[in-house]
Amino acid sequence: MDRSSRPRSRGLAPVVAMAAAAALTLAGCSSSSGGKKAEEGAANASAGKADTPRMTVALVTHQAPGDTFWDTVRKGAEAAAAKDNVKLVYSADPNAGNQANWVQNAIDQKVDGIAVTLAKPDAMKGVIAKAQQAGIPVVGLNSGLSDWKQLGLLEFFGQDESVAGEAFGKKLNTTGAKKIVCVIQEQGNVGLTQRCDGVKKTFEGTTDILYVNGTDMPSVKSTITAKLKQDNSIDTVVTLGAPFALTATQSVGDAGSKAKVATFDLNKDLVKAVKNGTIEFAVDQQPYLQGYLAVDSLWLYENNGNYSGGGEQPVLTGPAFVDKSNVGKVAEFAAKGTR
Amino acid sequence: MSMTQQAGPAVDRPPASGPKDKDGRTARRPLALRLLARPEVGVFLGAVAVLVFFLIAAPTVRQGSSMATVLYQSSTIGIMALPVALLMIGGEFDLSSGVAVITSALTASMLSYQLTVNVWTGVVVALIVSLAIGAFNGWMVVRTGLPSFLVTLGTFLILQGVNLAVTKLITGNVATDDISDMDGFDQAKKIFASSFDVGGVQVKITVVWWLVFAALATWVLLRTKYGNWIFAVGGNKDSARAVGVPVNFTKITLFMLVGFGAWFIGMHNLFSFNTVQSGEGVGQELIYIAAAVIGGCLLTGGAGSAIGPVFGAFMFGMVQQGIVYANWNPDWFKAFLGVMLLGAVLINLWVQRTATRR
Repeated sequence: MDRSSRPRSRGLAPVVAMAAAAALTLAGCSSSSGGKKAEEGAANASAGKADTPRMTVALVTHQAPGDTFWDTVRKGAEAAAAKDNVKLVYSADPNAGNQANWVQNAIDQKVDGIAVTLAKPDAMKGVIAKAQQAGIPVVGLNSGLSDWKQLGLLEFFGQDESVAGEAFGKKLNTTGAKKIVCVIQEQGNVGLTQRCDGVKKTFEGTTDILYVNGTDMPSVKSTITAKLKQDNSIDTVVTLGAPFALTATQSVGDAGSKAKVATFDLNKDLVKAVKNGTIEFAVDQQPYLQGYLAVDSLWLYENNGNYSGGGEQPVLTGPAFVDKSNVGKVAEFAAKGTR
Repeated sequence: MSMTQQAGPAVDRPPASGPKDKDGRTARRPLALRLLARPEVGVFLGAVAVLVFFLIAAPTVRQGSSMATVLYQSSTIGIMALPVALLMIGGEFDLSSGVAVITSALTASMLSYQLTVNVWTGVVVALIVSLAIGAFNGWMVVRTGLPSFLVTLGTFLILQGVNLAVTKLITGNVATDDISDMDGFDQAKKIFASSFDVGGVQVKITVVWWLVFAALATWVLLRTKYGNWIFAVGGNKDSARAVGVPVNFTKITLFMLVGFGAWFIGMHNLFSFNTVQSGEGVGQELIYIAAAVIGGCLLTGGAGSAIGPVFGAFMFGMVQQGIVYANWNPDWFKAFLGVMLLGAVLINLWVQRTATRR
């Protein structure tokens, strides 16, 4: 014992010393501003917990990995699950075939309810019918406003992308915009295209479309810069996601343009930008609410047989505009990543 | 340029026998043709063709500031394309290079933010992490003898998952927190993501770094022992080992160089955008590899240059921005991009074929 432990401790000493030195260095370089220390203090809203029997709900979305928007949906769903004594099973895949497999997986697990997004409704038709045959209630959220009823879903929570786009266009008319560019970060995405089409429909000026590579920020930045230089009459850049709006403000600076930036969707950095005026306004479809209501509605259906919208109408969660006039209220929730 | 000079001395030897020269096989070919036969000259002409094309098709490109944007876009591809090209000359691939960029940026950002330390601490730790990922890739490849395609496909997937999961675990979100108000940020931004004025045009600093790295890589490749090792291990690993080239060392350090490149671009992303989205970077690895291949690096290793990928990256950046400057129908964007790149590569090939024909 002695023999083996002594050399080991000798070998360990330099490691410990190095770790200690590293810790000291870290402490020595501490930042006097920003960082985690500045953030701490934001408490989470806590609610009671239902005493209904434990049930399992599967939430299956078409989220691409690492998307801030879907993260908020998931947080809403988790909040409802915690409150309703629900075990939440979350799975996602942007590929429709794979998403359908996740629904099948949920059916195999014999969950008590399924909440699903219908980005590609036709691909989901088969598994949704299977779930219904298995007696599992299915609700829709986010995408699929035009198809949920036809597929026999109980209820739907989301935003009509075209309606949101149209509202966006009307709002732009009031800001005096004449020529806008609508930046699409994923070519061929139905929802994003509907947004730009909606804007185009009600906006009285000219609308140009610009596709950018959403997975490469420097490329997004330089492509928007290029567009602004190519056409210096553009007075507003419309982006379809919060991170892209923040990048667009940099492009505006780089291009020496006077264009304003307005966007769909929110995150906490974007709220800050609205507050200090670098971004005109954002339209929020309240992803947290979508996730929350989808899970909560399944709980209500299971325990009290209710359905929102009476099974006839969708429940719209957007468009809710966030601009300088109401950003203060939103900011405190956004800082927690729940709005 | 210096590569062509190297080809020169061989011809200086005294003609052994007069009659043999006359059949043309050993005759010294005109300088222009010898130049054109070099892969990087071919891609240079391809890049010039693309540039001239857009200068005519898109008036906006003629402004200095537009060229600065094109060069910026090219530099963010080009800085990574350089180590990727060296690695490819050394006979290996790295599919994890795109997501490794994000891993590095996430590391620096989260470490600085969560511990509330000077951002330089994060930057240094990120460098260590990036080099370690490169070393791991290299070590796995030389240790197992598996194709680097498989090994780095593994790391590509691992890093993709780790990026997301760790970010979510630590920050509770899928993007990192804004670090722009922290100590050291402005200083780091000056180095990785600032711009400077050249005759009224704002040029991004990455363009300078890109050219500096390219010059450095060219020097290493052509004038140092290490450069010879790279060609040797990529050409024939066993012969290289037989003549005493440290094959494993060379390969592992090449992978680490890619790690360094990923770190540099990762820092650029972080300090220009303040936050990092954890899902980014997927697909970029193919663009880096494409820039290297367009630049004349063989997919099979053993041949290529550092200057070729510079033009390869420029071609990519030029086409991508040029399409927007030319205001073509955006629905066709990807198709245009593909056609233009294919066209440029064909010009490259044609030039080489014509030049080497006797």
